[in-house]
Amino acid sequence: MRVNFTVNGRPQEADDVWEGESLLYVLRERMGLPGSKNACEQGECGSCTVRLDGVPVCSCLVAAGQVEGREVVTVEGLADFAKQRAEGGGCASGACGTTLQNAQQWEAKGTDSHTGEGTELSTIQQAFIDAGAVQCGFCTPGLLVAADEMLERNPTPSDADIREALSGNLCRCTGYEKIMDAVRLAAARQSEAV
Amino acid sequence: MASPSGTPTKITQGSQTKGGIGESTLRPDGTLKVTGEFAYSSDMWHEDMLWGQILRSTVAHAEIVSIDTGEALAMPGVYAVLTYDDLPTDVKNYGLEIQDTPVLAHGKVRHHGEPVALVAADHPETARRAAAKIKVDYRELPVITDEASATAPDALLVHENRDDHHAGHVPHPNIVHRQPIVRGDVTAARERADVIVEGEYTFGMQDQAFLGPESGLAVPEEDGGVHLYIATQWLHSDLRQIAPVLGLPEDKVRMTLSGVGGAFGGREDLSMQIHACLLALRTGKPVKIVYNRFESFFGHVHRHPAKLYYEHGATKDGKLTHLKARIVLDGGAYASASPAVVGNASSLSVGPYVVEDVDIEAIALYTNNPPCGAMRGFGAVQACFAYEAQMDKLAVKLGMDPVEFRRLNAMEQGTLLPTGQPVDSPAPVAELLRRVKAMPMPPERQWESSEGADVRQLPGGLSNTTHGEGVVRGVGYAVGIKNVGFSEGFDDYSTAKVRMEVLNGEPVATVHTAMAEVGQGGVTVHAQIARTELGVTQVTIHPADTQVGSAGSTSASRQTYVTGGAVKNSCELVREKVLEIGRRKFGSYHPAWATAELLLEGGKVVTDGGEVLSDLADVLEGEAVEVEAEWRHRPTEPFDLRTGQGNGHVQYSFAAHRAVVEVDTELGLVKVIELACAQDVGKALNPLSVLGQIQGGTTQGLGVAVMEEIVVDPKTAKVKNPSFTDYLIPTILDTPTIPVDVLELADEHAPYGLRGIGEAPTLSSTPAVLAAIRNATGLELNRTPVRPEHLTGTQLSEG
Amino acid sequence: MDFLRPASWEEALAAKAEHPTAVPIAGGTDVMVEINFDHRRPEYLLDLNRIGDLSEWEVGEDSVRLGASVPYTKIMENLRGELPGLALASHTVASPQIRNRGGVGGNLGTASPAGDAHPALLAAGAEVEVESVRGSRRIPIDAFYTGVKRNALAADELIRAVHVKKADGPQQFSKVGTRNAMVIAVCAFGLALHPETRTVRTGIGSAAPTPVRAKAAEEFLNAALEEGGFWDNGQIITPSVAKQFADLCSAACNPIDDVRGTASYRRHAVGVMARRTLTWTWESYRGTRRLTEGAA
Repeated sequence: MRVNFTVNGRPQEADDVWEGESLLYVLRERMGLPGSKNACEQGECGSCTVRLDGVPVCSCLVAAGQVEGREVVTVEGLADFAKQRAEGGGCASGACGTTLQNAQQWEAKGTDSHTGEGTELSTIQQAFIDAGAVQCGFCTPGLLVAADEMLERNPTPSDADIREALSGNLCRCTGYEKIMDAVRLAAARQSEAV
Repeated sequence: MASPSGTPTKITQGSQTKGGIGESTLRPDGTLKVTGEFAYSSDMWHEDMLWGQILRSTVAHAEIVSIDTGEALAMPGVYAVLTYDDLPTDVKNYGLEIQDTPVLAHGKVRHHGEPVALVAADHPETARRAAAKIKVDYRELPVITDEASATAPDALLVHENRDDHHAGHVPHPNIVHRQPIVRGDVTAARERADVIVEGEYTFGMQDQAFLGPESGLAVPEEDGGVHLYIATQWLHSDLRQIAPVLGLPEDKVRMTLSGVGGAFGGREDLSMQIHACLLALRTGKPVKIVYNRFESFFGHVHRHPAKLYYEHGATKDGKLTHLKARIVLDGGAYASASPAVVGNASSLSVGPYVVEDVDIEAIALYTNNPPCGAMRGFGAVQACFAYEAQMDKLAVKLGMDPVEFRRLNAMEQGTLLPTGQPVDSPAPVAELLRRVKAMPMPPERQWESSEGADVRQLPGGLSNTTHGEGVVRGVGYAVGIKNVGFSEGFDDYSTAKVRMEVLNGEPVATVHTAMAEVGQGGVTVHAQIARTELGVTQVTIHPADTQVGSAGSTSASRQTYVTGGAVKNSCELVREKVLEIGRRKFGSYHPAWATAELLLEGGKVVTDGGEVLSDLADVLEGEAVEVEAEWRHRPTEPFDLRTGQGNGHVQYSFAAHRAVVEVDTELGLVKVIELACAQDVGKALNPLSVLGQIQGGTTQGLGVAVMEEIVVDPKTAKVKNPSFTDYLIPTILDTPTIPVDVLELADEHAPYGLRGIGEAPTLSSTPAVLAAIRNATGLELNRTPVRPEHLTGTQLSEG
Repeated sequence: MDFLRPASWEEALAAKAEHPTAVPIAGGTDVMVEINFDHRRPEYLLDLNRIGDLSEWEVGEDSVRLGASVPYTKIMENLRGELPGLALASHTVASPQIRNRGGVGGNLGTASPAGDAHPALLAAGAEVEVESVRGSRRIPIDAFYTGVKRNALAADELIRAVHVKKADGPQQFSKVGTRNAMVIAVCAFGLALHPETRTVRTGIGSAAPTPVRAKAAEEFLNAALEEGGFWDNGQIITPSVAKQFADLCSAACNPIDDVRGTASYRRHAVGVMARRTLTWTWESYRGTRRLTEGAA
């Protein structure tokens, strides 16, 4: 079957889609957008989290046919998405605002990564790098989409709020401490930017 | 063929980054990983590629009467169906140490989920449907599942006609390897003991549960060879096992490391590597294989489950007298890393304590259970669970504080291991315990808020099972010792190729190794080492592949030590060559070129007095310097097969934990409130990454304390929970804050004084949590993971 | 496999009548797992996402009409007052991502004893509105679960909505899992006080082949509360009454041993949850009673 939908602001068309295919498969294998990850394919890990009409969902559990005419944002479009949200004031790049040392419970000092020079990142993406929240990185795309959406709803989350919002995203490398740091850092930077 | 999309590229780290060793420079691959552009092995894609599917056994132990592939082959879209009979050469088995694992089952399957046949098709669903149409007729055999059934007089042999190098010294062919360690006089020492404590402990089967399932892409090449893009822990070990099965020389099997979604030991063995290559060579098309989570549980080895029998004695003033220990590890159907796990479990069975008289035996069994092998902590984890439980029991019996009792018996530099080997670097065991105990305690009753109980802070979490009823706090301590690097005489080396040149007027270093970056941050550290040693800011990390010599395995906490050591060594050799060029070009302009100690700093050649002699750009103008060299840590020796004596290890890593838990004692639910850790890291090359390793390792230890276990049916040897629905790993709501106190006592034998750090925190985390639960409940708890049933006395079936 | 995309409820009913084997898919949180893991290859998938009506709810005088596809997140956020038990249960469903997609219709359609919504629906009292081209009917929740993963739906019927009585008293929901989030129930318990009728209703999940009520426990408690004049005097429920209620709830279980827990643990845990949720709801009832009396 054929499916038409919008991905990261661009209309897309997928042909010859098998009816049992998930949105995750279509994104990864048909649209060249492998950023959403295929860690469990049963909704238990959150690595494939995307926003479907603005709502974070596991793309592995959305049948491809169900996204006809709908809007999807993946990690590949997160920086643009955040930038558009911030337009008219605010700091989309994350380069402004709170220093690392001032962020809540911050311990280790990071220096800048310049490997991404020229790449514009959303606040949450930059915070994940700066806080050391990325190790193998397989859980990272899903966590970024989920954390960004939480900060959109709740710009000043408590630690318990962060944990609850991210309880659907498994990480096996970090023990979550640096992920907590990253979300706190992003929240602090975003609030300073407003 | 053209390169597939997702082919790894060089990554250059910044022109402004100054970070050498000791600084928390950020990951060179960080930006790619947060934008979704970093290509993992499952992201590889090639025009016209096919999808591979593996048919696995549905039973654990059976003779294969027949396999019929006709119907599968006839399906439209199916390009190949392969069985054992299609293997191209006489080499039909592989294995890390013992080549006992069939590429495809032949005549017999020995565990649930063993690969039997392969399919390549144009869509994964077509491949799945075709695999389902392959008819395999099994004649089931009785299953061997434990020591009793493995060594019974009439036991079937899991492997008949063994001729491996352990076959000669094991007491039974269903025992992979046995390592006794005998030292001193246990009988006499036992006489001196005022108290004796015995225990029988059970450690469940843990899964690495890395998030990126096994996957890779094999692309056939015009010269008849194959290029494999793969997520692994050790490219050259894979290569050594793959090439003979394909009947290709090693230089025709090109391997490139694709993005690796975690490993933790689970990628040390082969998974789909040979299968993808066989299908690609047969069809002439690129073949991608991606396991789903269900298959992943069958696609890699797990942590050995173990039974541990311990007897310790102590004098009434609290000194340990002796240890009698017997450790039985279940290796499952194939050997994998079992022999080395036996070596670790036995040689580290005493823990970080002084015990002069020991009688220890460790064995690994062949059974029809899932194969077990490497996982973070590797044999030392199971032992630590047992000896730390023993330490608590002894402390209780002696009426001593558990931490003080441990400190009293703690090893230090110079202590002899039970193997007779002296510990020849700092061993701050007592200090780590002191530090972890001194950390501030988390406040009580954190769940109380103005709006009532915040269930997220309570056992049961969002499930709303308690508002404080039945909740009791407990505190527990544990400490452990882990060896670093490959032991027992293994030639453990790494290779690094370092190139230095001028690009756009700026000196740039390129580091090329075959090290598997699995998330640990080795690439970050390599760039830091190059900056420190070569005085450059820009460093390019070349993708890891087999175009350079082996970097050994990303395991055994060894990569920063050994491949880091190799990068340092090659940088030093490059520096010498650069200075030679400088002397040749500019030596006549300044006498210091000949007389002073020269360094490379800030892009310049400087004297040790700080005088600038030249820009590196001028020295390297028109000339590039490149060195590829191997580097080894100090050699080790095998353990004596009868006494276990020998200088088997090269370095040790120590960590201590304090766990604070709150247990709902009525429902048996546990919330870990805090897991504080103190660890000696020798020298923190990258402090941010060090914390990440410690916190991550700690959390894996927490998982196997309270929830993680692969459950195997003892009647059928079939896995009962191969999914993330029923194999649970900690979520962010299960994971507490993990404050870390890092100690840096240099090991003079290691590069920069560093210590391998990745595994030690996984050891002591589990027994600390168990100790805290015992403290809260007063229960004995001799197994891990501890389930609600064990805390409520409801573990037995009603019937 | 065929993918049917009806644009309206009528089209969906027609499609289901024409293809009774068609598997409805809404949130996909059950169906897609089965497809991804090759456990199921339905001939037809019937997508209900395009039928907006299914994602809406109406709060009436006595009850809430909850569309079958209203996501659990919406129930948590919007119906905490009217359906407190179901809102609590919704909060324990899997993860935020799943709660954003899954709805009560999926739990009912799958009819797994582990579905989190069941105990809350049983305790609150609900009717399932189902429809086919032949017409519409309402199935009382007590009659809905007919066996392990079986329900009272005919082959051509679809679940349209659930009608749940608005809470007239405190409700609670507890679920035991071996993880603090994102976990399938080892067992679960729902309790609702109905002061208007002076009755108590229960619901037990994952401790019998189907979701069940602990009817003997309810009858015992109803009688004990009446006898002791508790509804009027608002006294603390005596521990012996609470204990016997808990024991009777345990006795209502008919659990099995499986990889998630033993039968005897399930029986034990249901008893503990019954006692605790009774305490919580009764304390809450006493609190509101005092407030009302104070105002009057």
